[in-house]
Amino acid sequence: MAGALLDPARPAPTRDARRFAVHRNNVLAGLVDALAETCPAVRALTGEAFFRAAAAAFARAHPPRSPVLMEWGGAFGGWLDAFPPAASVPYLGDVARLEWARTRAYHAPEALALPLSALGAVAPGALAEKRLRLHPSVRLVASRFPVVALWAETTGRAPRTALDLSRPETALVARPEDEVTVRALAPEAAAFLSAIVAGGRFGAAAEAGAVDPAFDLSAEIAALFAAGLVTALEP
Amino acid sequence: MNAHAALDAPAPALAPRAGLPARAGVSFKPAHFAAIMGEDPAIGFFEIHAENYMGAGGPPLRMLAALAERWPLSLHGVGLSIGGEGPLDRAHLARLRALIDGFAPAAFSEHLAWSSHDGVYYNDLLPLPYTGATLARVCEHVDQAQDALGRRLLLENPTAYVAFEQADWAETDFLAEIARRTGCGLLLDVANVHVSAVNQGFDPMAYLAAFPVGLVGEVHLAGHAVETDENGGRLLIDAHDRPVAAAVWALYAALIARVGPLPTLVEWDADIPDWPILRAEAEAVEHVLATGGGHACAL
Repeated sequence: MAGALLDPARPAPTRDARRFAVHRNNVLAGLVDALAETCPAVRALTGEAFFRAAAAAFARAHPPRSPVLMEWGGAFGGWLDAFPPAASVPYLGDVARLEWARTRAYHAPEALALPLSALGAVAPGALAEKRLRLHPSVRLVASRFPVVALWAETTGRAPRTALDLSRPETALVARPEDEVTVRALAPEAAAFLSAIVAGGRFGAAAEAGAVDPAFDLSAEIAALFAAGLVTALEP
Repeated sequence: MNAHAALDAPAPALAPRAGLPARAGVSFKPAHFAAIMGEDPAIGFFEIHAENYMGAGGPPLRMLAALAERWPLSLHGVGLSIGGEGPLDRAHLARLRALIDGFAPAAFSEHLAWSSHDGVYYNDLLPLPYTGATLARVCEHVDQAQDALGRRLLLENPTAYVAFEQADWAETDFLAEIARRTGCGLLLDVANVHVSAVNQGFDPMAYLAAFPVGLVGEVHLAGHAVETDENGGRLLIDAHDRPVAAAVWALYAALIARVGPLPTLVEWDADIPDWPILRAEAEAVEHVLATGGGHACAL
C-alpha cells in the first residue's frame, strides 16, 4: 500500500480505487500545500498550476523522511535548478533557497542580542582576534541574481522595478525577535559576513570585505548590532 | 468523591482519565493568537498538532508558552505511526517528550493509524487491518510510547475510506482490547464515526453503543466534505475545513446524553475561519454539554 501512495503509475492496492485515491490525494496535497506555504514567491513566479505540478514531482522524488514537515523541503531549490521545465527562470532555485532560509530562521533557537556597547569593553587592538557569534537564526543565501529584490517584488514587499538581473545579491535572513528579516548584501558585505558565519576572526573577515574599496566596515557592524544579530564576542 | 474514597482507592499507575476539563476546546491556529489573547475567551482547552511545534524556537513555541499559562493544552500527535509495521521512531518520541516536559499538556493523544513506512513519512493517517498480528504490534507501540513519554496516551479511532478483506476484530473491540492490554485511554472522534459509517455502510449509533465510553478521555468533532465514489455512492472526506455537520452534532448530543460531559474538541485545520466562527463552534459544544445533550431526543 505504501508504494502506491506516491506513485501514480502503480495501481490502487484495493478494489475501491476512488477511495484509495483519498489517501493518495491526502498525502500529495498535504506535501504540496506544505511547500506552497514555504514558497509564496516561487508560486507567484511560476503560477499556481506550474507550482503544484513541480511541487508534486519534487515530493515524489524527495518524500519527507520525518513527520516534522517544517524540516522538509530544503532540497527544493536545488531540485528546481535541475528541473528542465523551469530552465527559463534561472533564479527560481535561488528564490526557493531564500524562502527555505526564512522558514528555518522562523523556527531557529532563541538567543539574546548583545548591545553595541559590548564592543567598548574590548581592549583596543584585541577586536581583530575576536569572533562574532551571530544569532542562530542567521542564514546567508548567495545568488548571482538580485535574489532579495526578486523575492521582495514578487511578494509585494517592494514595488515592481525594471531589475538588472545581472546584479548579484546575498540575502541575510534572520529572526532576532518575532519577525523574519531579509536584507540584501552587496558582494563585499557578503564576503565579510560569510567569513564571520564561517567562524573566522573579526580582522580576517574585515579584510575579506575590504577587498572592495566600497566596503564600509563600521556601517556593517552597526547594522548587525542594531538588528540584534550579534549574540557574543568570543576569544 | 469524598476524602476516604480517594484514600481507599488503589492508585492506578496511569490515571483513568486524562486531565482535560469536560468542556469545549478548539484547535489552536497561530492566525487566531492575537484575537485569543486579546479576548481571553471562555475556552476549556486548546489542542495543537505536536509536529507543528517541534522547531528549536521562534513564534510557534512563544505562542504555545503564552497559551499554556492560561489554558490547559491537549497535545495531539499526527506522526508517530503507532499502527506502522516498523519500530517507533525514537527521535520522534524524544521530540514529543520534550514538548510534554516543556508545556505539561493535560492530555496527549495519537491515532490508530500509520504514517511512516520504510523511512518515508506519508503525511496522512493510513488504515491498518484489525488482526491478531496488528493488535500485538499496536499494543507494543502504545506500551513503548507510554514508557517513553511517561504518561497515558489517548488513542483515536480512525477515519475509514478503504475496506480490508481480512478483519478479525470490530474496530470498537480492537480499541477496547488495546486499552485493556496497555492501560491507554481512548479519543473518540465522533466525526470519524460518521464519516466511516457512511463510507463503509454501518450504523454509527451501533458503533457508539459498542464503544468503550468509560475509557474516553476526549471527544473530537470536525467538519467533513461530501464527494461521490466511482459507483455514485456518497464518499465523505474527513477534511476539517468547515463547520461540524448536523448528523455529527446529533451523534454527539446522543453520546453526551447517555454518557455525561466529556472534554470535546472542535477541530479545524484547513480553510481556517476567523476566530469568532471557531469560537461559535465551541459555544455550540458548551451548549450540548450544559444541557446534557438536551436536544438529542429531538434529533
